Amino acid sequence: MTRNPIVFLLAQRLSLGLLLLLAASALIFMGTEILPGDVAQSILGQSATPQALANLRNELGLNEPALARYFDWLGGILRGDLGTALTNGQDIWTAMSGRLANTLFLASCAAIIAVPLAIILGVIAVRYRGQWPDKLISGITLTSVSIPEFMLGYIAMFVLTVQFRIFPSVSTIYDSMSLGEKLHAVAIPVLVLVLVVLGHMMRMTRAAILNVMQSAYIETAELKGLRPITVIARHAFPNAIAPVVNVVMLNMAYLIVGVVVVEVVFVFPGMGQYLVDHVTKRDVPVVQACGLVFAAVYIGLNMVADIVSILSNPRLRHPK
Amino acid sequence: MDDTLLDVRNLTIGATVYPPDAAPKDISIVHGVSFTLAKGRVLGLIGESGAGKSTIGLSAMAYGRGGVRITGGQVFLNGRDILQERAAGLRNLRGQEVTYVAQSAAAAFNPAMRLMDQVVEATVRHGLATRAEAEARAVQLFGQLGLPDPDSIGRRYPHQVSGGQLQRVMTAMALCPRPSLVIFDEPTTALDVTTQIDVLSAIKKAIQDTGVAALYITHDLAVVAQVSDEIMVLKSGKTIEHAQVRQIIEAPQQDYTRALVSVRSIDHTEKEPAAPLLRVDNMTARYPGVKLDVLKDVSVQIAPGQTLAVVGESGSGKSTLARVVTGLLPPSDGQITFDGRTLPAALDGRARDDLRELQMIYQMADTAMNPRHTVGTIIGRPLEFYFGLKGAAKRARVQELLDQIEMGKGFIDRYPAELSGGQKQRVCIARALAAKPRLIICDEVTSALDPLVADGILKLLLDLQAQEGVAYMFITHDLATVKAIADQIAVMHRGKVVRYGPKSQVLAPPFDDYTDLLLASVPEMKVGWLENVVASRKIESAGR
Repeated sequence: MTRNPIVFLLAQRLSLGLLLLLAASALIFMGTEILPGDVAQSILGQSATPQALANLRNELGLNEPALARYFDWLGGILRGDLGTALTNGQDIWTAMSGRLANTLFLASCAAIIAVPLAIILGVIAVRYRGQWPDKLISGITLTSVSIPEFMLGYIAMFVLTVQFRIFPSVSTIYDSMSLGEKLHAVAIPVLVLVLVVLGHMMRMTRAAILNVMQSAYIETAELKGLRPITVIARHAFPNAIAPVVNVVMLNMAYLIVGVVVVEVVFVFPGMGQYLVDHVTKRDVPVVQACGLVFAAVYIGLNMVADIVSILSNPRLRHPK
Repeated sequence: MDDTLLDVRNLTIGATVYPPDAAPKDISIVHGVSFTLAKGRVLGLIGESGAGKSTIGLSAMAYGRGGVRITGGQVFLNGRDILQERAAGLRNLRGQEVTYVAQSAAAAFNPAMRLMDQVVEATVRHGLATRAEAEARAVQLFGQLGLPDPDSIGRRYPHQVSGGQLQRVMTAMALCPRPSLVIFDEPTTALDVTTQIDVLSAIKKAIQDTGVAALYITHDLAVVAQVSDEIMVLKSGKTIEHAQVRQIIEAPQQDYTRALVSVRSIDHTEKEPAAPLLRVDNMTARYPGVKLDVLKDVSVQIAPGQTLAVVGESGSGKSTLARVVTGLLPPSDGQITFDGRTLPAALDGRARDDLRELQMIYQMADTAMNPRHTVGTIIGRPLEFYFGLKGAAKRARVQELLDQIEMGKGFIDRYPAELSGGQKQRVCIARALAAKPRLIICDEVTSALDPLVADGILKLLLDLQAQEGVAYMFITHDLATVKAIADQIAVMHRGKVVRYGPKSQVLAPPFDDYTDLLLASVPEMKVGWLENVVASRKIESAGR
């Protein structure tokens, strides 16, 4: 620690992340505990006898005290066992992993396009600040953020599927499809997701760079006779990374955690649909597992943002 | 042969200002300034803040800071009018023909880039040399400027070198593309005096070695006298006087120039030592989480109605001493005695009367006042807090205090933004005075002010001391200020008091090494002073 503060800071962030995840698991468990509804009832239907319901509850272990069930559940997770679904007896991880992979595929496709595009547009907006390219970029991205995503989805579907028949309206993908086929299938949802997250990241990039542009060293760079775009990209942007990364990671987390609506619109077999299906069936273990995975994604990505921010600070990277 | 490099004719510069509750309006900053500069010569631009000296300097690069615009006139560089150039032409001019050395190198270097990348950037981007050639030249310049490890210093980041070194790296950066003109904008103002002298002589030598012409901008006449061939005195965007250095220093023609030359003329006779009002005994302090002691075994005393000047460079612990005395930083060891009673170390242990008797005035009057409060509210606050004054009585007392600080009627309802720098500092003094303190800690209260304004503040402080019998602990890095007002002096270096006593003794030989260095480093308003000091230092170090 005396030699390099970075190692210390990183270890601190990592342990904080794990602690946060533990707290999240407790919150998720408590949340599902106070949910109304009864699993046994929803499995057996309205006409079940009280005796049958009691038997099933006993069988499913629902009569144990909550604390015991929490530690039981937590212990299972630590061993890599997310439990079994109450409704169909399937192993949750087996059922979920395929869905998670699909969601990650969709999210990465959107991120690979949206992140660089947002940064480039942000840089261009700063270069022509107050002029028409800046206003155009801000106008378009703000509009796309303001339209609800299902609306964007239906508009894109109408134009690209109905009018021009370029892409399919249903984005269901299977393991047997080739990469090219998968990409073709998810093109419209990716487009919609890009439009949804672009504005936020672009605005933040623009604001962060503009903030740095007030610095004295930007004047130094301008007085060296550098091109405006060189000044922005070489001198301003590296000092604006920390705030930009934070917003990028927040949006990435949204792409994984918050795409339920888009998945439903395009019948995409991802995590969101999986979660929604099992919430309606009162399948608590699945809901808990999904919640935990989402929490892990959120915390993990924010941790990455923190770490990148730390690494982007030359004072920490190169101590005196 | 025509050896004119820069020919500025009837330059006018304006800016758009946006007052908070009025329509934006255009104001004029520079009103018709003309001068010429020959190749290889150095012209010093001198004036107070707001005189337009930086603005004029930057016009040689056709650059306006913020909302500043060049509104008229011509600027010929090597015979062509650069104000007519388009963007591409200006880019070729900047960083190639004309380069710039900024006041605060610490802020002017990009914190995310290695020094070498920044030093050679202009040279390489303008295609003046290959990267390898530019680096070789940079290393050579680093050596010329007396930087340690010229071969490897370029691999460091800005935060890894000291302020004085950074300023020299910045000079190397300006000289690297072999420009014909360098603009030095207060390059040593932010440095300590002992560092300033090294940087100043390095800059002077580099100018001589490379034969480059320079505009040297500063508010310190003694500094500019060392490096310039001629001096132009500016005031409120107009030329007051423009002549050879020797004439400006020795035979100034204009009243304003004479005032600048003779500034710091305060005469203050030292008072007799007396029983102390404040005693600081064996004080040792450190900041939380830092292993280093910032104050080591410091003991000083202040007598009622007298002034203790605490002198030292940045990092010497002088401001920390103020924080300890006010209770903001409880010390790890030592004792504070005030008026015969021991003061609790921490602020929240002190009684309201303890707080009242010990007031503080800060360096930045700007940030020490709430911009949304009127002068009356600002000065009235301690009156209400300590004495329970309200309404008309409070207002009458505020007006009385305003009269005392020589700011008459009409100021009571103004906001800080409507005051000048000197007036703001006066309001801060009145606020401290309102509490009827017995000791005021003045932390670099004149450092941010122009010399003539600072002079006025010092005179006011001395008058108030005579009227009210208040004692001052005057923290400063400026020895001229110390000479003007101190009764006792404590010289601090690396957390210790290295010299302490009545002014007449502290400022008289024999000196300890550090005080000697400090005194010898204060620029004197004499041509050739720099050479003499540097020469005598060389003899000393050779003799050691």
